[in-house]
Amino acid sequence: MTTEHLVSFDDAVSRYEPVIGLETHVELGTVSKMFCGCPTTFGLPPNSAVCPVCLGLPGSLPVANRAAIEYTIRIGLALNCTIATWCRFARKNYFYPDMPKNFQISQYDEPLCTDGWIDVTLGGKTYRVGIERVHLEEDTGKSLHIGGATGRIHGADYSLVDYNRAGIPLVEVVTKPVPDTGALAPAVARAYVTELRDLLRALRVSDVRMEEGSLRCDVNTSLTPRGAVEWGTRTETKNVNSLRSVERAVRFEIERQAGVLDAGQKVVQETRHLHEDTGATTSGRSKEEAQDYRYFPEPDLVPVAPPAGWVEEIRAAMPELPAARAARLQEEWGVSSADLEKLRNAGSLDLAEATVGAGASPAEASKWWLGELARHANDRGVEPADLPITPEQVARVSALVQAGTLNDQLARQALEGVLAGEGEPDEVVAARGLAIVSDDAVLAEAVDAAIAARPDVAAKIREGKTAAAGALIGDVMRATKGRADAGRARELILQRLS
Amino acid sequence: MTAEAPELIRLTAAELAAAVASGEVSAVEVTQAHLDRIVAVEPRLHAFLHVAGVGALAAAEDVDRKRAAGEPLGPLGGVPLALKDVLTTKDMPTTCGSKILDGWRPPYDATVTRRLRDAGVIILGKTNMDEFAMGSSTENSAFGPSANPWDLTRVPGGSSGGSSASVAAYEAPLAIGTDTGGSIRQPAAVCGIVGMKPTYGGSSRYGLVAFASSLDTPGPLARTVLDAALLHEVMSGHDPCDATSVDAPVPPVVAAARQADVAGLRVGVVSEFSGEGYQAGVLARFTEAVELLESLGAKVTEVSCPHFRYALPAYYLIAPSEASSNLARFDAMRYGLRVGDDGTHSADEVMSLTRAAGFGAEVKRRIMLGTYALSSGYYDAYYGKAQQVRTLIVRDFDAAFEQVDVLVSPTTPTTAFPIGERADDPMAMYLADLCTIPSDLAGNAAISVPCGLAPEDGLPVGLQIMAPALADDRTYRVAAAVEAALQQRWGGPLLSQAPPLGEAGEVER
Repeated sequence: MTTEHLVSFDDAVSRYEPVIGLETHVELGTVSKMFCGCPTTFGLPPNSAVCPVCLGLPGSLPVANRAAIEYTIRIGLALNCTIATWCRFARKNYFYPDMPKNFQISQYDEPLCTDGWIDVTLGGKTYRVGIERVHLEEDTGKSLHIGGATGRIHGADYSLVDYNRAGIPLVEVVTKPVPDTGALAPAVARAYVTELRDLLRALRVSDVRMEEGSLRCDVNTSLTPRGAVEWGTRTETKNVNSLRSVERAVRFEIERQAGVLDAGQKVVQETRHLHEDTGATTSGRSKEEAQDYRYFPEPDLVPVAPPAGWVEEIRAAMPELPAARAARLQEEWGVSSADLEKLRNAGSLDLAEATVGAGASPAEASKWWLGELARHANDRGVEPADLPITPEQVARVSALVQAGTLNDQLARQALEGVLAGEGEPDEVVAARGLAIVSDDAVLAEAVDAAIAARPDVAAKIREGKTAAAGALIGDVMRATKGRADAGRARELILQRLS
Repeated sequence: MTAEAPELIRLTAAELAAAVASGEVSAVEVTQAHLDRIVAVEPRLHAFLHVAGVGALAAAEDVDRKRAAGEPLGPLGGVPLALKDVLTTKDMPTTCGSKILDGWRPPYDATVTRRLRDAGVIILGKTNMDEFAMGSSTENSAFGPSANPWDLTRVPGGSSGGSSASVAAYEAPLAIGTDTGGSIRQPAAVCGIVGMKPTYGGSSRYGLVAFASSLDTPGPLARTVLDAALLHEVMSGHDPCDATSVDAPVPPVVAAARQADVAGLRVGVVSEFSGEGYQAGVLARFTEAVELLESLGAKVTEVSCPHFRYALPAYYLIAPSEASSNLARFDAMRYGLRVGDDGTHSADEVMSLTRAAGFGAEVKRRIMLGTYALSSGYYDAYYGKAQQVRTLIVRDFDAAFEQVDVLVSPTTPTTAFPIGERADDPMAMYLADLCTIPSDLAGNAAISVPCGLAPEDGLPVGLQIMAPALADDRTYRVAAAVEAALQQRWGGPLLSQAPPLGEAGEVER
């Protein structure tokens, strides 16, 4: 057991230089599985999307999914990789009950894409993350361990296996080691995964729902004493499943490894598990007792040799990538890079762009998606895109504000009504009676009532202390349930008390 | 039973198909005659692991119904066949000769199985084999060995020994075998019948329980070259479910078997396949066959394939390596045998206990060999090196086929050996595949055709004819010419010289 004395993060990064690396697994959004025709739909009843091939039944054979290969090439091109002209699948041999064949068809020393990079921007600074490789493999089944304390196979009373996931195409994106990020190492790790997620979404190769496990990260961290030349021993924190956890895993490992090194001990090269509740990692199996996977070329499949013409076709059909799009929108919209970064990180850039497309100003669109709607998404625990409101509806609310029909407070109520399923914005405004009241007859009545009710305030205003009008405006607003045109109310108050 | 029933089993597949098509005999009668023969001789032969009498008769009724409705039957409609128990069948167990698949009923038919059914071929049952096709004698079957119809104390070869024995004993006119290192040709040779290993990828592996994926090839066994060709044509062709399946037309094997002509053909004798370890009678018959080819107008030369001597060691690294991975799936989690699931053992322990109890000694030996050969640090020296040898063997073939159209050799160095003789000597057993392995490693076509009896033991000798990949038709052309000339010399098929086997059973009935 290693010492679990933690050094404070600031102290740790002041004396040690972290090096990070990420291995990210992404389930591709192909219609069918990697080596058979079964559907990849999430959430089907257990073991209903299976066949002899993905169950690995004796005699069955895999046939590679062309779409999955195309998607992987798309990812490789977007990550500035070299696309192999000839490569093979390999078998990775190990025994586990959720592996139907007790080997995984993967790629070993001949990945489909190699040697690329991606830039991530953090606080205005750009970090170039090198991409070692992008390869294609099949997912395993999913084990559910019943009983026992840890939810792991050891100590469980029994285990259930769902093979629906077995054979879903999985892409693994492996970065090169990323040095020189200092105290920003956890944030850079998170920003990289965010950037990768956006890229994969833009490429339409995966819906990248981390909560469904369609993107999973293994996070490598090592520490080097400042000034030292050789990098330290790394640990690999497995199956980190949210952006926040990526950041926490790096942060915790920095604090923990600094403690180990301070105590004069050696960091053990091992896999570790992150505990979502505490944010701490604990030791998995040591690399020294690691399995020998006995990789060898998969003899049931023929080599993959994408013709150059096909790769060029894929390149020509690439959609606009997130970085280019962000730069374009920043210029077109005239917004700050910080606001744009916020929209991207919130997963709302598509929505804001569609809202602008529906007629809203960029400032308005950004304001609503970053403010009110982000809050609703947060409250409901969903992505903004999953809110029951369309960019067109948001644009309509914005238009009502521009026309003076709604103020911001009324607009918030209108959005709330749409989200509550009360209909289109105009219907909500009508049904809830949200339109601003600027009708003098109605306002005059409320103003007169307010003056009559607060003679002391009225006296102050008559003495020229016009700032006191605010109190009366507040009364008018209350009387009209927020619908009064505040400017007109002020005019009427000052008129009467001049 | 009708009076002509004993005769039906002696007809060739081509003759049976014609008789069924013409209505001279029904498919049900043909099937029943073979089922009766099975009942009569199985107690002594043990060629089958499973006989599907009811299913076979139902399939035969279908064929008869189709014929009555005027539908065309195809070249093998109504002809019975014995299927090696390594190909999956929905309506029969599939054991691969192993206890570990105990109780497994595949939910799907192999592509070969499906094609046979679609062609109206009647599947009589599943034949015995060395466990997971690992062996040359059927002695490695978990269910006991099959006997050689020529001498019941001897092995029928292997691993497709149940298939070769069933055809030689007139239990079926046709059988399917699979060849990984010689497992069709060697049993065919020692049982005095025809066995063909098609070009790798020429016949689908989908539903063939894998031993060594880069080598396994299903192919036909029959009593005549034409019958083998007819079956070859029905079972072959591109299969989208097998990525290694060749997407090319099936070579015209039936036409070649009918052509049966070698005039002007260049025949190469592989000089490496003779000398020590070869039985004198085998070499004598082989030499006669070569002289026969020459007399038929072939131009015979000697050709050296220097790397063939490394084929056996390379094979015993590549095949076990692939097997160690292919057989990993037998872990008791989803199907087959399960040992130790009593609430006291972990999943890992159940896997180990099941594999310890379910696999036989030879299978375990090869899993260990292959696991070792693929291990980190040994891969380059073993598996990697063996693959390099494989490339050299392909080049030897390429060079040879620039000089000659076909290569010939004895199929196997000896005739059928006594049951038990080599059971405890794996190296001696492995030598049975010495001449057949190169074509498995290179993936080219090769056939074995009977070329006489060894004088010293009166047992059959096979002539192997090898052709380039996708030139399967060439092997049939030569084999059919040899068959015709030899039958003329012998005054009938070689099998008519086999000692009687079934009479006792027939009398009983």
